[in-house]
Amino acid sequence: MPDSPMPDNPMPDNPMPETPFFEVVVVGAGPAGSCAATVLARRGVSVLLIERGPFPGSKNMYGGVVYPRILDSLHPEWWEEMPIQRWVTRRSTMVLTENQAVTIDFRSQNWGVPPYNGATAYRPDMDHWLASKAEAAGARLLTSTTVTGLITDARGQVCGVRTDRPDGDVACRMVIACDGVNSFVAKEAGLYPDLNPANFTLGVKETLGLSRSVIEERFAVRDREGVDIEILGGTQGVNGGGFIYTNLDTLAVGVVLKLPALAAQKTRPEEIIAHLKSHPGIAPLVEGGEILEYSAHLIPEAGRSMMPQLTGEGLLVAGDAAAMCLAAGIWLEGVNFAMASGMAAAETAAEAITAGDVSKRGLAGYEKRLNSSFVLADHDKLSRIPGLVLSDRVQHQYPQMIANVVERVFRVDNPQPKPGLRKIFAEERKRAGVRLRDLARDGWTGMRGFG
Amino acid sequence: MTQDNLRWPEISFEDRIGTARFDVGERAHITVDSRICADCSTRECVVACPAKLFVPTADGGILFNYEQCFECGTCYMVCNREGAIAWTYPDGGHGVVFSQT
Repeated sequence: MPDSPMPDNPMPDNPMPETPFFEVVVVGAGPAGSCAATVLARRGVSVLLIERGPFPGSKNMYGGVVYPRILDSLHPEWWEEMPIQRWVTRRSTMVLTENQAVTIDFRSQNWGVPPYNGATAYRPDMDHWLASKAEAAGARLLTSTTVTGLITDARGQVCGVRTDRPDGDVACRMVIACDGVNSFVAKEAGLYPDLNPANFTLGVKETLGLSRSVIEERFAVRDREGVDIEILGGTQGVNGGGFIYTNLDTLAVGVVLKLPALAAQKTRPEEIIAHLKSHPGIAPLVEGGEILEYSAHLIPEAGRSMMPQLTGEGLLVAGDAAAMCLAAGIWLEGVNFAMASGMAAAETAAEAITAGDVSKRGLAGYEKRLNSSFVLADHDKLSRIPGLVLSDRVQHQYPQMIANVVERVFRVDNPQPKPGLRKIFAEERKRAGVRLRDLARDGWTGMRGFG
Repeated sequence: MTQDNLRWPEISFEDRIGTARFDVGERAHITVDSRICADCSTRECVVACPAKLFVPTADGGILFNYEQCFECGTCYMVCNREGAIAWTYPDGGHGVVFSQT
């Protein structure tokens, strides 16, 4: 187990002279925490980045695609160094029923050259790299250390953290909580009053080993080009979705499952993946792949509506800890939101420390920054989309309706004449039990969000 | 559609979870109060835990093992019984270590 010594950084005005002191403690060395620590260190703020895993990224998994353009300012030409698997040049959205698949497939070679668009990457590699950039900037990284609580002063202002090391307290002016979807820091500070399981999904994934040449043949890509396939349906009636991403010599195949829906039925997550893999439209892509790693993680799925308070007394919350994942159907992002919110938190913290006010009021600039960036702009605009995507109609009725419409459009029923699209659609809508009123309402919600 | 058309052997759960690496700590980071579980008929944890750590026993209890845990939080989120699951992170440096995900 890699280990680092407890840091010793006494400051003349340290309120707890026996305790190491940093101006800012960042909890969690994921994308949010490492970007926050990088910004702070570059501004000359003393920062301790605490990671509970043996190395940054060791606790982290995700579907598989990162959109790193937010790093253009922090790490120019990041694509030269970032440990990615493949550049996504093909994006497919699939709608599955038991024996049908409708796929919209897009390819752009523009996404295979700098500055790129999305990339598949392993989080243990990528997060480790991001943390190494924070260290290079002067941040102190402390791994294998679990933060067990906050230390507050008489006024209720956060002024340190407790860790599970012997003599493990660290004093600070303020804390940035980047401790992930279960954020115990935000919960302890009372920023997360409403914990509704319906706001969370479980992501479960298999990393399947296949040779590069087999992957490139099956997915019609070359060199470092890669494919991102998002799937609606195929989760055995559990609200959620599926995905396939190409890595260099592995595939990421998995499902995302709404917690109450998963808990209410009898099929286990790995059985749902097995079922997805056996679909006639999926099996030829994945067969022969040996499971190299099975993994799982929670996803804060509900977006804006589930976000905690982002600012406390001496405390800011960023990344998944602040529920900043964007699960908006055609847009499935999170790492970029984590990085951007971490950077915004750090800029706010640096200003507040200079101004000598790290109270909630002194940190109000954080939310302003997020509002004027894509982070809360996108979440506000798309606030109703996560609920729509996971709704029963979108999950259980529309896939069958869409697939049946397409099947009939392309089916040649001679000697019957072609029925016409409007008739097909009307009949299939009725057959799927979809009321026009509901369809119009969902269409309107979609238009308002996506439009 | 059945599993019959799978062209690869489905692996046992033991082999599946064995693909992930765990540096198991001495302290059980999650504890389950089986007296509370004995009264629970819904058993959400049994189906939802991706690591299959909650196993019903013949006498109507729940057998729980913290060792091969993804630390995801699903169990405490889906549990309907107040106080049944006490959930913390493993001690620093311990627990799951992902590599290709």
